This record gives sequence, structure tokens and C-alpha cells, in this order.
Amino acid sequence: MPDTGIGASTRRKEDQRFLTGKGRYTDDLNRPGQTYAVFVRSPHAHAGLKNVDTSAAESAEGVVAVFTGKDMEDDGVGSLPCGWTVVDKEGNPHKGPPHFPLARYKVRYVGDHVAVVIAETLEQARDAAELVEVDYDEQPANVEPAKAMDAPQLHDDAPNNLCYDWELGDGGAVDEAISKAHHVAKLDLVNNRLIPNAIEPRAAIGEYDEGTDSYTIYSTSQNPHLLRLILCAFVLNLPEHKVRVIAPDVGGGFGSKIYAYAEETVCTWASKRINRPVKWTAERAESFLADAHGRDHVTHVELAMDEDGNFTALKVQTTANMGAYLSNFATCIPTYLYATLLAGQYKTPVIYANVKAVFTNTAPVDAYRGAGRPEATFLLERVVEVAAREMDMDPAELRRRNFIPPDAFPYDTPVALTYDTGNYEAALDEALKMIDYQNFSERKAESEKRGKLRGIGFSAYIEACGIAPSAVVGALGAGVGLWESAQVRFNATGSVSVFTGSHSHGQGHETTFAQLVSETLGVPYESINIVHGDTGSIPMGMGTYGSRSLAVGGSAIQKACDKVIDKGKKIAAHMLEASVDDIEFDKGAFRVAGTDKEKSIAEVAFAAYVPHDYPEGVEPGLDETAFYDPANFTYPAGVHICEVEIDPDTGEVEIADWVAVDDFGRVINPMIVEGQVHGGIAQGVGQALLEHGIYDPESGQLITGSYMDYTMPRADDLPSFKVGMTETLCTHNPLGVKGCGEAGAIAAPPAVINAITDALGVMHMDMPATREKIWRAAQQNRQPQAAE
Amino acid sequence: MPTVSMTVNGKQVSGEVEGRTLLSDFLRENLNLTGTHIGCDTSQCGACVVHVNGDSIKSCTLLALQAEGAEVLTIEGLANGTNLHPMQQAFKEHHGLQCGFCTPGMVMSAIDLLKHNPDPSEDEIRDWLQGNMCRCTGYHNIVKAIQAAAQDMRS
Repeated sequence: MPDTGIGASTRRKEDQRFLTGKGRYTDDLNRPGQTYAVFVRSPHAHAGLKNVDTSAAESAEGVVAVFTGKDMEDDGVGSLPCGWTVVDKEGNPHKGPPHFPLARYKVRYVGDHVAVVIAETLEQARDAAELVEVDYDEQPANVEPAKAMDAPQLHDDAPNNLCYDWELGDGGAVDEAISKAHHVAKLDLVNNRLIPNAIEPRAAIGEYDEGTDSYTIYSTSQNPHLLRLILCAFVLNLPEHKVRVIAPDVGGGFGSKIYAYAEETVCTWASKRINRPVKWTAERAESFLADAHGRDHVTHVELAMDEDGNFTALKVQTTANMGAYLSNFATCIPTYLYATLLAGQYKTPVIYANVKAVFTNTAPVDAYRGAGRPEATFLLERVVEVAAREMDMDPAELRRRNFIPPDAFPYDTPVALTYDTGNYEAALDEALKMIDYQNFSERKAESEKRGKLRGIGFSAYIEACGIAPSAVVGALGAGVGLWESAQVRFNATGSVSVFTGSHSHGQGHETTFAQLVSETLGVPYESINIVHGDTGSIPMGMGTYGSRSLAVGGSAIQKACDKVIDKGKKIAAHMLEASVDDIEFDKGAFRVAGTDKEKSIAEVAFAAYVPHDYPEGVEPGLDETAFYDPANFTYPAGVHICEVEIDPDTGEVEIADWVAVDDFGRVINPMIVEGQVHGGIAQGVGQALLEHGIYDPESGQLITGSYMDYTMPRADDLPSFKVGMTETLCTHNPLGVKGCGEAGAIAAPPAVINAITDALGVMHMDMPATREKIWRAAQQNRQPQAAE
Repeated sequence: MPTVSMTVNGKQVSGEVEGRTLLSDFLRENLNLTGTHIGCDTSQCGACVVHVNGDSIKSCTLLALQAEGAEVLTIEGLANGTNLHPMQQAFKEHHGLQCGFCTPGMVMSAIDLLKHNPDPSEDEIRDWLQGNMCRCTGYHNIVKAIQAAAQDMRS
């Protein structure tokens, strides 16, 4: 196998610039005449805006302009939209109160945007921002989703702070199955609020060009076309063809850089008002306050089963926190990316989910790595574990007994999805072998000798990714199509430029996509350049989220390559004086079948651009564009097993071993895929052990507002991971690929909590399982012994 | 505004700064050495680690004026032309980076680790890296890269 084709762990093209400090991130860019924006943010969780006095700030040294919500309102600026309409139980659309880039009349969370100060230097803008005097009319606030419906109302048009009350599945059938069950495992749990924390803070530069009446926006975006669409069509009412969005190197996203935020909106709008570029870069404190957060569910779950442990029904009731306003895709996360995954890997015949989405005085909540699927997986794999303990069954065998068998695919779940393919038992068997499950009891005994508690935890996850078939998501309320685009352009001298609508912010697309094109077209890897992130050069594209880049974006590239080959055959047939039907293409050469007569693809490309002797009716050039709309989601699945050792005296938990066996379909670059798994697991372990976005329930202040307070996973919190793979090929995309970006973050949390509760002999512990919680549980277990 | 002078990547440089200007800002804004990244405002993330007089330091913890006369090495000064430093090479070989944002600080910090401890254990590497956050890699391949670089640099 060449070391640059499909299946090779090719070293990354992008690394040279990143390793030498030559990456170009948004904050590295500066524009001539640039000014600096600093936002004045609400210190209160809920308050009326009685008066915003900007006069002192306006006269401060270096200040160019100060704008408030009133200025934007007077200019006709609209609301940041929510792009997915969820229809509630009664058939009504969700409540979508306005979300203005700069607040009007009222602020609804700590960090909400009150005004922007624009100055010649960043320091001057910072100094002047402190001179903006805001007269707040403080009101009672609520940050807790469980209390939201009885809390002070945030929005006039959302009574009881209810965004929607939604359901999926056959509630009657579920209740009946539960009433007849041999046993029902029940659990109340919280899925803790997370703050995404890409290490590159968000940043934006808005630049208006008076000569062409056009804008250029530099932004830390995962999806530059989507940002352009939202700003133009919904918020600023700009002509799309006069706006160019450039998302250069972006330092991680994990969902938080999907959305159109207030800051880039204001920078863009203000750049025309002052006719100068306006730059803003988040301080980390602002990232904590105003990036979209993730998760934040409160759930009750019941799993019914017969006497043999066969699952007969699942019932889920969730309250999901939307935050103070709806972020762009907030509504679909706890519905269509959550409840639809509640079958997991199991053949549970009936499932019902009810989700109440509520407004609270907190930062907006939207997709964060996994988005809905980690929440579904956590509750399911937790309640399955509880069931195994209550039924006194081996947790691995209980799962095996309920797996959808390999011959049942395609499999229609009772919650609206059709899984195309999978082999869950194969992953379980491999994982059990890798972790040496049969000798776990010996390891546990050995730990006990040292005074330590050892536990093992399973997580058999599935996710729906490769988002998404446009017609399906359209029928479910999405306001966009979720196809992807690609343009494969041969240059006259034989190199290839590939323009993709996918956006790389750590995923290594410049490498993986080049491997795909190299293998398909037989062009040297070094001669292929992947271009992304600039609406001025790529075809309209939908960007990167939901583990979609290879399954959807890669499939578009494959389709464009196929078009190149089809056209190349016509040109080659003319050059070789043969019939098109006799031309075969293999390893970069067009050949007359059964002969040694051939032309390389580079020769064909040259002929296409220098068409002196050329087939009639064929256009010059070798430059093809394709759009790919997937027929279904892809369904990566796998089994993760975590083994922990707990010191009951300190509550310290060590992850003693971690095994991940995932089925991602065909893998293009195993090195990159394994890296994605590692990173996903780390974020999942972070959620399980360390991370928690906490607001003070009285004041509504964000308590975990810095790296001093919000516990990010550090190198010494994590082990090395053992990663294995199984492979069933996706049946409906041309590459047979699934998606790997979110798997670790989805799989990891229940594996950790199942292991910890196993070690401690308790049924449940809410995340994050801090040392304090673990120590307290360990002490409680000890007390009866102490009394003896 | 006062003027500060120092040697950065072997070149004598000077510039006007405010008293409150941090070394990280001086490198980025005055010298356009944007490989030194800023990921937080509490000196936690480590994306801005450079070497000052041979020791790794978070450049956001130092005022530019405090570096008067110092020898500063940033990520841009590490490679010899297109030849990567063994640590850079090991990060590439072992996929020790994804988005690349924490990478300059990681690499600069790891080089200093090997100066103190040429043959660190996995635990010692993880302990040293507490001051450098990565959100992408789960640290797995960073640890591998540093182990490989250590072996390479010893031989």
C-alpha cells in the first residue's frame, strides 16, 4: 500500500505550518486601518435596561464609536435566528423569542451583550468600556432547568419559560409494557452543563469596502457559508453576493464555532458604520460567559424487562436547558439528535420520550461534541447498568442479549431511525478480549489488597452522524439542507486543487481528503491541495459538525472525482483513437482495454486546457463540481470499557485501563481517526470526572468562569488509551465511511460512571464524579464496617 | 511610552510598549510573531510558552519590560530552515497535534522538560504538561511524541 492512499496513516500536510508557528488563525490577522471592539456585558442574570449612558466612553481617548442595542434597532438589524423548528405535542411550533445581537430593553444572562466600544487600540477600547454607565433594573433570576417552569418569566412570548413540550414514540404501548414488566430499572440523573473551551478563543474581523459596497468577515467559524447565510438573510439583511466569509486556521470548535454569534454580527455591522475594519477577540472569560454551552439535562428514565433480561420498553422524561435565548440549532439537539438515539444498540421494541425545553438565565445551550447523542447514551448505558445490577446479571451479557443482531439490518428503531448496518457483538467481543475481562476479578482482588477499590464500566454506544439527509431533516423542521459540495480542479500542469465546503479545525482534512483524491485519481499526494474555509473560493458548502466531513464532504469529493474521470475518458478516447466505452481508468491512467495504449491523467488534463486536438462536443477544462446529499445518517457504534481504581481515603480515581473498539466503516487515515477517538474520550472523561458549568442559583453568576474554576482535563488526569476497530461498511455512501469525531465524547461518560459506581458499590453518581463525591460515597460504604 | 530591547530568535529587536504590555502581546503585536498563541487570561492554558534565557515560561506572565535584555526563543525560531527541531518532527510523526493552537506552547514546554529530564517516564511527562492544555488530542499522542523525541535526542 502506498503510504499516502486510502488506509495509510499518512503524516499530516497541515502540520508543517502549525509546528513552525506559521498557522494563520483569525487573531493573527490584522487589516489596514483596523479598530478594536470590546463588549460591555451584563453583570446581572436578569435585568431591565433602564438607561445605557455611553457619553463618557465616547469622549474617552482613542474611542471611535460606541453602539447599543438601540442603534442596531434603529438601523433595522434583526434577531439571531434559530434554524430548526420543533413542533410540540399539540402541533405548535416552539417558542422562539427574539435574540438581538445587542440587548434591547432587557438582559437575560450574565455576559449578555449590552454595548460595544470601538477604539484605535484594544487597551483604549477596554478602558473606555468601563466608562459605559448602565442603569439596570435587577429582577429575580433562575438558572436551574428543573425550576424553570415556576420561575420568573424571561420572555413575554414564552409563558412558564417553556420553549416546547415535545414527544416521540408510542407512550401508551410503553406504559403498558412497563405495567407488565418483570422488572423496571429506574434512574434520576443530571447531564451536566459543559463549556466547550476550544483552546483558540472566538474572534472576528468585520471589514467593509466602500468602493465595492461589500464586506469581508474573518471569523473562527466551522461553517463560513452558514455564517454568511445567517448574517445576510436573517440578521443584517445584506446581499449574500456582497459578503465574503473567511474562516482561516481555526483552533478547535467542538460545535461552539458553528453558530452566528452577536460578536461577529456587531463587528460586521459596525465596520460599515465607521467605515473601518473592526476586530474582536474573546478573552477566555468571555468564552466562558458567551460561547454556546452544551448538555444540561435533567432526566428520569425507566427501563422495563422480562425475567430473562430482555428489554421490553424504555421511557424517558427530560427537561433540557436552552439557556436565555435559542442558539442557531438549540431546538434540535434535545429532540432529533437525542430522543432518536434512545434505542442505542438494543432491540427494545417500544420507546417513548418526552422533552420539555426551558429558558433560564444562563448562556444559550447548543451542540457540543456529540450533541444530544452523549445525553442519550449516558442515560441508556447507565440504566442498563442499573438493570444488570438489580437483575444480578453480567453487564456485558445483558447488553449482548439485547443487541440488534447482525442479520437484522437494515433495522427500523421505534424512534424514527433506520440503522443501515452494524455488528455490535463483534465490538463487544474484541473489547472484552482487549481489556482481559475474564481476569477482572483477579485484578479487583489485587487492588483490594492494596486498599483500593477497582471497578469496570461498559458503554455500548451508537450515534447518528454524517448529518444529514436534507429531505429528512427538512421534514423534521430544519431550515437548511445538509448536503455538501466539492470542486476538483485539475490545473494545466497536472496538479489538483480541491475546494471543499467542509471546514477543518483540527480534523486533518488537508491530509485525509488528499489521500482520497490521490487514491481515486492516481495523482501524487504532494500534487493535491485542499482549499477550504473561504466563501470567496469554495462552492457553497455547509461546513463541519455532526461528524459529517468525510461521510458527506468526502462523498462529494468522490463524486466530483468520478465526474473528472468520466470526462477524462472522453478526452483520452480521442487521444488514443478508441471508443469511450473501451477506455478504462486505473491508477492515474486511461487505457484502452486489453492493450498497453494509455494516457496519464496529467496528459489528459493538459489536453483539456490546451485543446488543439480535441474531441468534438466536449468542453475544454478539467474542473468538476459535485454536491452530495446523503440518503441516511451513518451509524458508527462501538464498545468502550473503562477500568478505574479508587483510593477510598482520598477519593482519587485513576483510570487504570481504557479500551475503545469502534466501527467507523472504512477508515482513510487510521492515525487521524485514532487521534479523533483519543480527543473525544478525553472530553467525555472531562464531563464524567471534572467539568461542570455551574451558575450560582441565587445570583445567576457563572461560578466556573475561568480555568481556575472550570476543571479542564490535563495530561495527568488521563491515561493512554487502547483503540481497536471493527468494520462494517456504511451501505449508502460511496466511500463506505461513517464518522469518528464525536464517538469518544459520546461513549466515554457512562463508561466512567459505570466503572466508578461499580467500584463503590453504589447505583448512581451524578457527573462530574469529583473526588469529594467519590470520597463521601466511599466513606458511607465504610460506616457499617466501622460500627461492627 | 518606554522602549524595550531584547534578542528574539537570535535577532536584536526593540519596540515601544505600555507598562502593562505583556511579553506575549509584544511578540504578537509588535514583532508579528503570531506563532505564540493566547488561549486564556489566567495564565493557565500554556499556549504562549516561549523560552526566556533558556527556560520555558508562559509569556503572558511576564511584562514585556521585564524581558529587557533577555534572550527569547519562540516557536518561529526553532526550526533550522525547513529542518524541524526533533521535537517538532516527533509531534508530526506521532500526530501530537490536531488544530495546532496549543502546539507551539506544547513544543516549547516539552523541549524544556527534556533539558531537565532527558529520559522522562510517561507519568513525568504528564506531570510536566499540567501547565499546557490541549482540547483536541487527549494528550495521548503528545505524550508519545515527547517520548519519541526524548529517545531521538538522546541518541
